[in-house]
Amino acid sequence: MSTLILVEHEDGNIRPATLSVVTAAAAIGQEIHLLVAGSGAEEVAAKAAAIAGVGKVLLAKHDAYAHELAENLSALVVRHADGYSHILFAATAAGKNVMPRVAALLDVSGISDIIEVRGEDTFVRPIYAGNALATVRSSDPVKVISVRSTAFDAAAEEGGTASVEAVDAAEISDKVSFVGQELSQSDRPELTSASIVVSGGRGMQNGENFSMLDDIAGKLNAAVGASRAAVDAGFVPNEYQVGQTGKVVAPDLYLAVGISGAIQHLAGMKDSKVIVAINKDEEAPIFQVADYGLVADLFDALPELSAALDS
Amino acid sequence: MKIIVGVKRVLDYNVKARVKADKSGIELANVKMSMNPFDEIAVEEALRIKEAGNADEVIAVSIGPVQSQETIRTALAMGADRGILIETNELLEPLAIAKLLKHLVDREQPGLVLLGKQAIDDDANQTGQMLSALSGMSQATFASRVEFDGDQLKVTREVDSGLESIKVTMPAIITTDLRLNEPRYAKLPNIMKAKKKPLEIIPVADTGVDVSSGLSVVEVNEPPRRAAGIIVKNVAELVDKLRNEAKVI
Ligand SMILES: Cc1cc2nc3c(=O)[nH]c(=O)nc-3n(C[C@H](O)[C@H](O)[C@H](O)COP(=O)(O)OP(=O)(O)OC[C@H]3O[C@@H](n4cnc5c(N)ncnc54)[C@H](O)[C@@H]3O)c2cc1C
Ligand SMILES: Nc1ncnc2c1ncn2[C@@H]1O[C@H](COP(=O)(O)O)[C@@H](O)[C@H]1O
Repeated sequence: MSTLILVEHEDGNIRPATLSVVTAAAAIGQEIHLLVAGSGAEEVAAKAAAIAGVGKVLLAKHDAYAHELAENLSALVVRHADGYSHILFAATAAGKNVMPRVAALLDVSGISDIIEVRGEDTFVRPIYAGNALATVRSSDPVKVISVRSTAFDAAAEEGGTASVEAVDAAEISDKVSFVGQELSQSDRPELTSASIVVSGGRGMQNGENFSMLDDIAGKLNAAVGASRAAVDAGFVPNEYQVGQTGKVVAPDLYLAVGISGAIQHLAGMKDSKVIVAINKDEEAPIFQVADYGLVADLFDALPELSAALDS
Repeated sequence: MKIIVGVKRVLDYNVKARVKADKSGIELANVKMSMNPFDEIAVEEALRIKEAGNADEVIAVSIGPVQSQETIRTALAMGADRGILIETNELLEPLAIAKLLKHLVDREQPGLVLLGKQAIDDDANQTGQMLSALSGMSQATFASRVEFDGDQLKVTREVDSGLESIKVTMPAIITTDLRLNEPRYAKLPNIMKAKKKPLEIIPVADTGVDVSSGLSVVEVNEPPRRAAGIIVKNVAELVDKLRNEAKVI
C-alpha cells in the first residue's frame, strides 16, 4: 500500500506546508505519491518529482483546477484513491476545506491536524485548543488525514527522481465558481514558515502602530502576526491571526507585543522555541509561557528595541 | 426557505480543559458548558437572513446529551423558531454528526445549513464539509460575508493568504468564521418566550443512521509544559539574552 498527498501550490511554487506533509508520510513508512492538480502545473509537477522521498507524481490538468475549489479537488482525489491506505493533506485553509469531503466520500473518519505519527494507524492530535493531546487509532481501510505543518520538518526539495504520470481530471461541479480574491501583498516571510514572528495584540491600539512591528520584523527578517482582538478591531487583515482558530506557528523566536495570552492565542504559538512577551501588565498570562518577559509600555519598548537591533 | 443551524454544546471557551486522571478524555462534570462560539455566529447569521426576508424559518439542531436542550433554548431565545435534539450520550465523530444532519436535511429540505467552521472541543473542522459531500449541497466554508444573488450566494471566505470569494448555488452549507458577525445576546423576555417554542427530541436510534466509527481514542494526555522563564529588566537585557543566551537573533 502507499500514501497519496494532495499538493498545494501557488504561482508555480509548492507551498511549504506540503513539504511537511511529505515528512509525515515518510514517518508512516510507505511509498509516497503526490497528486498535483492545476490548469497547467507541469512546472509544479516537476518540482514535486524532485522532492526527496517521492515515488511518483500524478498530474491532473483542468482549467477548473486553477482555483482550489473543494468540490472539484475532493472528486479528483477520490477518483484516484484506489490502492492507497493513507491520503494526506496539509492542515491549511485549503487542505481543511477538502480533507473532510474526501473522508466522507470514502465513508471513513477524518483525522484533523495530526502532530505525530505513532504507527501506520495511530496518530496524535491536539484537542481543546491544545490543552490536551489525543492519541487516536483508526481501523478504517483508508486513513484520511490533515497534517499540522509546524510539527514536521520540511522534506528536502531536491534529491527525488520520481516519474510524472498524467491522470484524468474528475467531475467538475457546476454549482460552485471562483469569483475573486484579495491577497495580502507582503515581502515579509510567510507567517507559518518564518523563523521569527513578531505579533501584536489589542495593546497596539490601531493599525498604524503596527508599522512599529513591521519595522522590527524588517530588521529580523520576521513575519508579522496578530491576536484575534487585533484582527477583529481591523488593525490588520484576517490572515495575520495566530491561534486555535487562526494559524499555528512554531518559529525559533515569537515576540508577543500587547497580547494578553488567552488560551486561544497560546494554542497557536506555544510550541515556538523561544517566546518573548512585552506587556505592561505583569499579571498577563502570556508571561507564564514566555522565556523572556519584559514588563513595559510597548510604546517605549518598541522604539528602544528597534534602535538596539541596529547596534 | 428553511435554514438549519447546528448548535453544539461544548466546554465554555473561558474554561481551561483538564485531562481526566485516567487519561480517557476531558473532565466535563461540573464545568460550565456553552454553545460553541462559531455556532452563535451561525445562529446570528441565520436570524439576519430571515430578518432580511430571505428565509421563513430557522431550525436549531443539536446532537448530544439531554442537556443540549439548553443550547437549543439559547438559540431559540436568540430568535430561532424551533429546535431539534438528536439525543445520544456517545461522543460522536464529525462523520456521524454529518450523517445525522443529512438525515434532517432529507426530512426538512432546507435551502441553507449554517454550521460553525470548527467546534472548539474536538477542533475537527470537518462537519460542514462532510455534510456537503454527503448531501450534494454546495459548500462555502470559513465565511466572513454572505450575500444573496437569486438562487446563488456570494460568499467571502477567510483563507490563508487573505480573502477569497466564491459563488455557490443553493441549497448550500455555510460554515462561519469569526468576522462574519457579532452575535446578539438573548433578552430576558425572549428567554421566557423560548421556553414555549417547539423542541423535538429524537433518540439517535430512531434515525436509523449508522453512527459507528473507525476512529477510537487510545488516550488523552496533557501537553508538555514549558519551563518557567525570566523577567528581564529592560530592552538592553532582552536583546543581550536573545543574542547571547538564546542565540535566536
Ligand atoms: C471561538 C474563539 C476563537 C478564538 N480564536 C482566537 C485565535 O485564533 N487567536 C487569538 O489570538 N485569539 C482567539 N480568540 C480570542 C481570545 O479569547 C482573546 O480574546 C484574544 O486572544 C485577546 O487578544 P489580545 O491579547 O490582543 O487582547 P487583550 O486580551 O485585550 O490583551 C491586550 C493586552 O495588551 C496589553 N497592553 C495594552 N496596552 C499596552 C501597552 N501600551 N504596552 C504594553 N502592553 C499593553 C494589556 O495589558 C493586555 O494584556 C478566540 C476566541 C473565541 C471565543
Ligand atoms: N453535536 C453537534 N450538534 C450540532 N452541531 C454540531 C455538532 N457537532 C458539530 N456540529 C456543527 O459542526 C460544526 C463543526 O464542528 P467540527 O467539525 O466538529 O469541528 C460546529 O460548529 C457545529 O455547527
